Amino acid sequence: MLRLSNLSYRAQRIVIIVSFSFIPIALLVTFGYLPVLGMFKYSFTDWNGLSPSYHWVGFDNFKTIFTDEKYYEGFINSIYYFVGSFVQLAIALYFATILSFAVRGKSFFKGVLFFPSMINSVAVGLIFLFFFRPEGTLDSILGFFGITNPPHWLLNPKIINISLVGASLWRYLGFNFILLLGAISSVPSDLYEAAEIDGANRWHQFRYIILPSIRRIVSVTLILSISGSVAPFEIPYIMTGGSNGSNTFVIQTVKTTFSFNKYGMGSAMAVVLFLIVVLVTVIQKTFIKEEKKNDRH
Amino acid sequence: MIAIKSTSAATFKYLTLILGVFFALAPLVVVLFASFKTSQEYHNTNSLTPPADWFNFDNYRTAFVKGNMLKGFKNTAIIMLVSLVGNMLIGTMIAYVLQRFTFKARGAIMAAFLFAALIPGVTTQVIVFKIVHALGLFNTMGSAITLYMGTDIIGIYIFIQFMDNISTQLDESAMLDGASYFTIFSRIIFPLLAPAIVTMVIIKGIGIYNDFYIPFLYMPDPDLRTISTSLFAFKGPFGSHWETICAAVMLIIVPTVIAFLALQKYIYNGFTQGAVK
Repeated sequence: MLRLSNLSYRAQRIVIIVSFSFIPIALLVTFGYLPVLGMFKYSFTDWNGLSPSYHWVGFDNFKTIFTDEKYYEGFINSIYYFVGSFVQLAIALYFATILSFAVRGKSFFKGVLFFPSMINSVAVGLIFLFFFRPEGTLDSILGFFGITNPPHWLLNPKIINISLVGASLWRYLGFNFILLLGAISSVPSDLYEAAEIDGANRWHQFRYIILPSIRRIVSVTLILSISGSVAPFEIPYIMTGGSNGSNTFVIQTVKTTFSFNKYGMGSAMAVVLFLIVVLVTVIQKTFIKEEKKNDRH
Repeated sequence: MIAIKSTSAATFKYLTLILGVFFALAPLVVVLFASFKTSQEYHNTNSLTPPADWFNFDNYRTAFVKGNMLKGFKNTAIIMLVSLVGNMLIGTMIAYVLQRFTFKARGAIMAAFLFAALIPGVTTQVIVFKIVHALGLFNTMGSAITLYMGTDIIGIYIFIQFMDNISTQLDESAMLDGASYFTIFSRIIFPLLAPAIVTMVIIKGIGIYNDFYIPFLYMPDPDLRTISTSLFAFKGPFGSHWETICAAVMLIIVPTVIAFLALQKYIYNGFTQGAVK
């Protein structure tokens, strides 16, 4: 019988390298790289996903994406999410800063602020459908403050995106917060002490000690929020399905492909999204390299 | 003067913290309230009013039985268990090969995993869908399990980093005893990776428990619903019965609360480690 331990280590080496990498690489190629190739190929066709034949249509799909409002509407709505991510970062940074100093009930506050990012996305969607209902939670809270004629949060196309961004902010704030808190706590505490001796107040400490040392993670978060704001899917899809002017680019991609069977078009949309995300990531990587270079000087 | 200034700063600090807690919890607390209300009570009371009877579990029963939540929990548990075991084995195996051996394709493999992390998952589903179909996995648990099982660069990095600190002298002394590379992996490396495995199980596990996209796209069969898709199905038939929907939402959140309270430290570490890489 062939036993591994009977082989020389040289032969074993080959066996182990090949057998241990086979499955991971097979999965990576099948679900990581093949889809990308397919996506590029079908983006130039009118394939409906079912029939064995299709036609090459050149750049027609891409032209449609940027000229038909149904398709580019999602990009316009992503402005709301982009602005929302700045608000989110500011709030997360504020709480991370004050909770990195001595605060009574610190772990309680930390836990409560973080917990929403652990919740199932469908649950978050339903929680906020309930929250924004007419005469629901938000309206009751506002009524408590004497505001009796609130708008329809999820029906009014002018407000709906703000409501949805609010729900997303609630969900992702905690994650942002915990990352920043981790970054801030790695600042050596003797820096604060030295600054205090020099008469620096909390704002000075934030401005001149905390902010410079977390600059990298803040800039990464900001750059990533560009690609993040193009791709919202779960919360708007679960809450509104993209209706009343709340469509996002990913919702439209999913609908185009899986509801209307326009695989060629869907692939083209996926390619556009892919290129945006890759571009943003490349910018981010070069940005970080620059920063590292500057740090060394 | 300074004392006054610092007390007002402290007041402001705690005020904002309490406001933060209020906004984080209010949407959840009202759902909890509604989940204990009778249908009539729900329609007649304000959503900020606590329920009359905190032990009215009728809505939970309805959600469990009519909403098929039990099946959802069962399916999610099976998918989580199988894909986590597979994911950990695959992840540690490839990390072992990449960290302990130097061979020609090593750099290329690392680069392939690294570059794959740039591919936004939502976009490629259009074609992944076709591949899942072609493999005959559509509408089987195999689809979700296979897709969750594929390891990513974050997992590989965490394992490799941890393995950097496992001395190669251990391997060498085992080799003197005639142990095969497989024995070294399974008896020495894998057990010593336990802390890193715990971190990865938590990050991945939370991700799978909360995922909606994959079960929604690949397992539309009602018998294969996970907790996410079961809950999503509540939107239709229970559309006007918010008290039942709220109970279903709470059913899904309770395990999350328990996991969070029990594993807090690991969760914070896991999330920060996973993201900074």
